[in-house]
Amino acid sequence: MTILVLAEHDNAELKDATARALTAAAAIGGDIHILVAGKGSKSVADQAAALDGAAKVLHCDNDLYAHGLAEPLALLITGLMANYDAVVAPATTSAKNTMPRVAALLDVMQVSDILSVESADTFTRPIYAGNAIQTVQATDAKKVITVRTTAFAAAGDGGSASIEDIAAAEDPGLSSFVGEELSKSDRPELTSAKIIVSGGRGVASGENFGKYIEPVADALGAAIGASRAAVDAGYMSNDYQVGQTGKVVAPELYIAVGISGAIQHLAGMKDSKVIVAINKDEEAPIFQIADYGLVADLFKAMPELAEELGKAS
Amino acid sequence: MKVVVPVKRVVDYTQKIRVKSDGSGVELANIKMSMNPFDEIAIEEAIRLKENGTASEIIAVSIGPQQAQETIRTALAMGADRGILVQSDDIVEPLGVAKILKAITDEEGPTLVILGKQAIDDDSNQTGQMLAALLGWPQATFVSEVTPDGDKARVVREIDGGLQTIQINLPAIVTTDLRLNEPRYASLPNIMKAKKKPIDMKTPDDYGVDISPRVKIITTVAPKGREAGIMVESVAELVDKLKNEAGVI
Repeated sequence: MTILVLAEHDNAELKDATARALTAAAAIGGDIHILVAGKGSKSVADQAAALDGAAKVLHCDNDLYAHGLAEPLALLITGLMANYDAVVAPATTSAKNTMPRVAALLDVMQVSDILSVESADTFTRPIYAGNAIQTVQATDAKKVITVRTTAFAAAGDGGSASIEDIAAAEDPGLSSFVGEELSKSDRPELTSAKIIVSGGRGVASGENFGKYIEPVADALGAAIGASRAAVDAGYMSNDYQVGQTGKVVAPELYIAVGISGAIQHLAGMKDSKVIVAINKDEEAPIFQIADYGLVADLFKAMPELAEELGKAS
Repeated sequence: MKVVVPVKRVVDYTQKIRVKSDGSGVELANIKMSMNPFDEIAIEEAIRLKENGTASEIIAVSIGPQQAQETIRTALAMGADRGILVQSDDIVEPLGVAKILKAITDEEGPTLVILGKQAIDDDSNQTGQMLAALLGWPQATFVSEVTPDGDKARVVREIDGGLQTIQINLPAIVTTDLRLNEPRYASLPNIMKAKKKPIDMKTPDDYGVDISPRVKIITTVAPKGREAGIMVESVAELVDKLKNEAGVI
């Protein structure tokens, strides 16, 4: 079996999600190659080559792949698949966009968001926001798989794969990049953070995220998250959303502040190692899954928490 | 322009699902079913395009059991013009759905097909992208803003790092994210009117599509539960527990 892993990157840095998809690919078993498609992405190819477990890195550097547009990228991957039995990618928004397009071009039914590899063709995956877990067997000759990154450890460094430059595929000319607005933050990335402080509707405004959530996140070196309600209300932008249809996280510590705990939110964070809930409503469902619950007014408790943590360090 | 909007009948998002003890699946008997929330957003977007004069006709398509007719009626009551039900009592996988939708798209010739980005039952997030591939059309997934302009459209997409704006040629596939719009409720007069709107009854065979599953479901089990922990009385106690008991800070 030869497996192609699609690298997640921003042309400068290889994302940790790639190392996790690599671990899933290794569990399937076989020779593993990593595809780095980008523009000015030589350093990403070097980082991929250093991952432990990859035999080869295919590097395609071309304007067509500068922004990860699905149409050209899917053509590139599909063209390579004659030599591969499976293609595996982390379930990031970019791979979620591209991989089903690859699957349909190959006439393969994709298996999305796998949680474990039971055998080379059998996987578990969540359905109904993680309220049921299915074991499924992919019967297509080729496999197209996306990986829930929180369910797999990241492969380490120490590899020294060869890097092979490959030619671009044709330009489908269907779409073009206009621009992007990326959140800039010095905090750790949400999906790989060890600690997350997350706010919900109870935080009541974007300003309050700065006033009550940020100081605690700063004291802990934590990432900030938000519930759908907080994002819908415009307190935080979409990239902060944790939940069934947002980001799935599993940090060491998740502090849910003013979040009631709708099943759609729990779907995105219930695999966290330790969950803390701070909510003034003692009936809030979040307390049913929290390791430590504090019934309190967050506007009083959060400044106190920031102060306590300041003392502690 | 014509707009096709596929709508899926799923377990209502407020329902707590129960996994059958024999591992055969999720209990669907006597449970409230509704239109997939992302598909409601798709219908709403199509209606807004019609209201601003961009779209001329909205066709709601559902693939599913006889009862999926109710889901189409909901779309018609919101403002879609007519429906197509492709009846199947079997589970139709995203790839099979995409193939049926391709046949319908070939027949109807829409300029846009707007789909929900994922269904909240199987959480696959595949159908729109697959349909785009089969048609050879551009795709704009996870969209929070769509602005058609002549033979192109400008779309804003929700991505991991923030927002991305792309331009796509039309015809195209759009899949909806949560912030695209807030779907309307159907008014009583519109619910009455919807009863008179036509729904075409079809089967996958009518489109020559083989829907036999490619992914075999072996078992379905409930996830490992998470027990409630303890309540603390104060912030100081919380910090103490996190430090000395959980050891996470």
